[in-house]
Amino acid sequence: MTQPAPSAQHHGPEQGTVTGPAAAPPSKQGGGLRALGLRADVRNLSLLGVLAVLVAVGGLTEPDAFLDTGNLQLILTQSSVIGVVTVGVTLVIIGGGIDLSVGAMVALASVWATTLATQDFGFAGILFTAVVVGLAAGLVNGVLIAYGRLVPFIATLAMLASARGLALQITDGKTQIVTVRSVLDLGLPDAYVLGIPPLVLVFAAVTVAGWLILNRTTFGRRTVAIGGNAEAARLAGIDVRRQRLYLYLLSGLCCGIAAFMLVILSGSGQNTNGNLYELDAIAAAIIGGTLLSGGRGTIVGSVLGVLIFTTITNIFALNNLQSDVQQIAKGAIIVAAVLVQHRTLRGGET
Amino acid sequence: MPETSRRGLLFGTAAVSAGAFLTACTSNEPKEAAAAPDSRPAADDKPGKPVTIGFAGPQADHGWLNAINVQAKARAEKYSEVTLETTEGSNDTAAQIGQVKTLINKKVDVLVVLPADGKALTQVGLEAMKAGIPVVNLDRVFASPQAYRCWVGGDNYGMGLNAGHYIGEQLKGKASAKVVELAGIDNLELTKQRSQGFADALKNYSNIELVARQAADFTVESGQAKMAQLLQAQKQFDALWNHDDDQGVGALRAIQQAGRDEFIMVGGAGAKSAMDAIKAGNSVLKATVLYPPTMAASAIDLARALGQGKGVSGLSEMEIPTSLTLYSAVVTEENIDQYLPTGFS
Repeated sequence: MTQPAPSAQHHGPEQGTVTGPAAAPPSKQGGGLRALGLRADVRNLSLLGVLAVLVAVGGLTEPDAFLDTGNLQLILTQSSVIGVVTVGVTLVIIGGGIDLSVGAMVALASVWATTLATQDFGFAGILFTAVVVGLAAGLVNGVLIAYGRLVPFIATLAMLASARGLALQITDGKTQIVTVRSVLDLGLPDAYVLGIPPLVLVFAAVTVAGWLILNRTTFGRRTVAIGGNAEAARLAGIDVRRQRLYLYLLSGLCCGIAAFMLVILSGSGQNTNGNLYELDAIAAAIIGGTLLSGGRGTIVGSVLGVLIFTTITNIFALNNLQSDVQQIAKGAIIVAAVLVQHRTLRGGET
Repeated sequence: MPETSRRGLLFGTAAVSAGAFLTACTSNEPKEAAAAPDSRPAADDKPGKPVTIGFAGPQADHGWLNAINVQAKARAEKYSEVTLETTEGSNDTAAQIGQVKTLINKKVDVLVVLPADGKALTQVGLEAMKAGIPVVNLDRVFASPQAYRCWVGGDNYGMGLNAGHYIGEQLKGKASAKVVELAGIDNLELTKQRSQGFADALKNYSNIELVARQAADFTVESGQAKMAQLLQAQKQFDALWNHDDDQGVGALRAIQQAGRDEFIMVGGAGAKSAMDAIKAGNSVLKATVLYPPTMAASAIDLARALGQGKGVSGLSEMEIPTSLTLYSAVVTEENIDQYLPTGFS
């Protein structure tokens, strides 16, 4: 995938007036746009390399269970919910923000969409409620951050707390079982389109939409611009506040969609849903090459990051490794993946 | 911006009606009122000396914990002479310590405490005992026996043991039978105890092998995810024990999605959804091993007896025992009607 080639990125560190985060690594003189594009390619290639190594490990250790269609469907399905959330988070991070409330928004939306009262409205009621609750929570985040001038970390942390609280209040700690057949059926093999689960199709659609927004629209360029250097973007005539508001709205929308997907997948709504999604999504974005300080990142990288995480978990489970070993190995693999990436990146530069 | 006002109006109206719709959608009240959860008569119904019981529990963010609160309140209401002072549940140790101290200052007659963390609340338990208020410690045990007059709780090891024996009996005569375990949160001691009991029970059956074990985290979402992977890893097995019925909702969903039914499944804890499935008999779920929330009702009974200076009927002891470990019964199709009223959602 090609990195968007935003002119705003060149308002980066060299200009001297920068107060915000650096837009790009320091050694970018002379490389120009081509090098930037190339770097994103190399980065994503190295992620594909990591994925290939994982597939090899899985295939060698558990050939029967790992290498079949069922497992591919499983890995993609299990990536789909967190994947949709990660697309939204990636856009927010590229725009120079952070969203810690995604897990809580998924929980709130999934719980609100599965109350007995909502279930009375059937499929449409559940879908509508999940999406609108996600949007509304995103709107609150956006308004607080863009117009209330709250630091994103604090505003979304506050949303994390209150959305989880509200979710608990709605459920009373109970598991809300979905009885709407049309929703449940979407999670069963009969609903697969040419062998592809509907959830995976939604994931693919959101990924493509995210990619298009970031790489082929003014909106995407503005996002990169305000993430790279908000002040420069403002001077260039971009309405930074409105752009921020839209980004948090988008993240909320992604959470709403993810919540609906989670309802389909698990056939229920629970206030514990989306536990630690914020960390998983941010980790996937970082592994995928998104700069935590904003101004740089790709949707494809983030999606590859999600797939890497899910594949690791899958291989562990198939090999019947226990939680303690899983957690140790997962930490080690994250460090290894990032190190390999840096290596490849340096190799690609010189 | 006068030109945008029509668009603004449109969005405004849409937002207001969406809001109105959503507000109407927070209700979880079933259309018909559910039957009272507890229909058993109280052990000794004759009202005695008035007793004020202070009850402090954790935040009810899980079906089982919610059932604990419901059981305690319903039981206290059965006794006309019992006044129940409950605190707002909290998972924060400091907050819960404060709540118990408030109950001590109010000079309640007896305390019932289900700590968010047993060890961390030991000190305040000691304080209550020193102030002459007997403490009934519910389930999560204090670090020192001096901090409580009586402990009543479940048996995690026994849960695993009974699940293992049930599966062992069901698979009797089946050569080289394979068993899979879906455990709860692995960094909780209770999960280790359940797994140990399960493994120990299976050792009695030489034809059974525990082929795979994965830990979920008591949530539907994790139950679905881990079970889907277990099903992918094990193409054929004979029995499954799932530690917790809440995550079991997700596990059953994964089993349905994988279209598998060659094995029997045993649950844990005793949720209503699991009991309904056992009664219906149309899924792989054939039994569940209880971790009874009725222990909260028993704790109220014990607290009342302590407050009135009585023993428990049915035992020849003058005093209430210091510890009471509950039996983890196996609920199957045969005895389901007896246990169904205790199922929690």
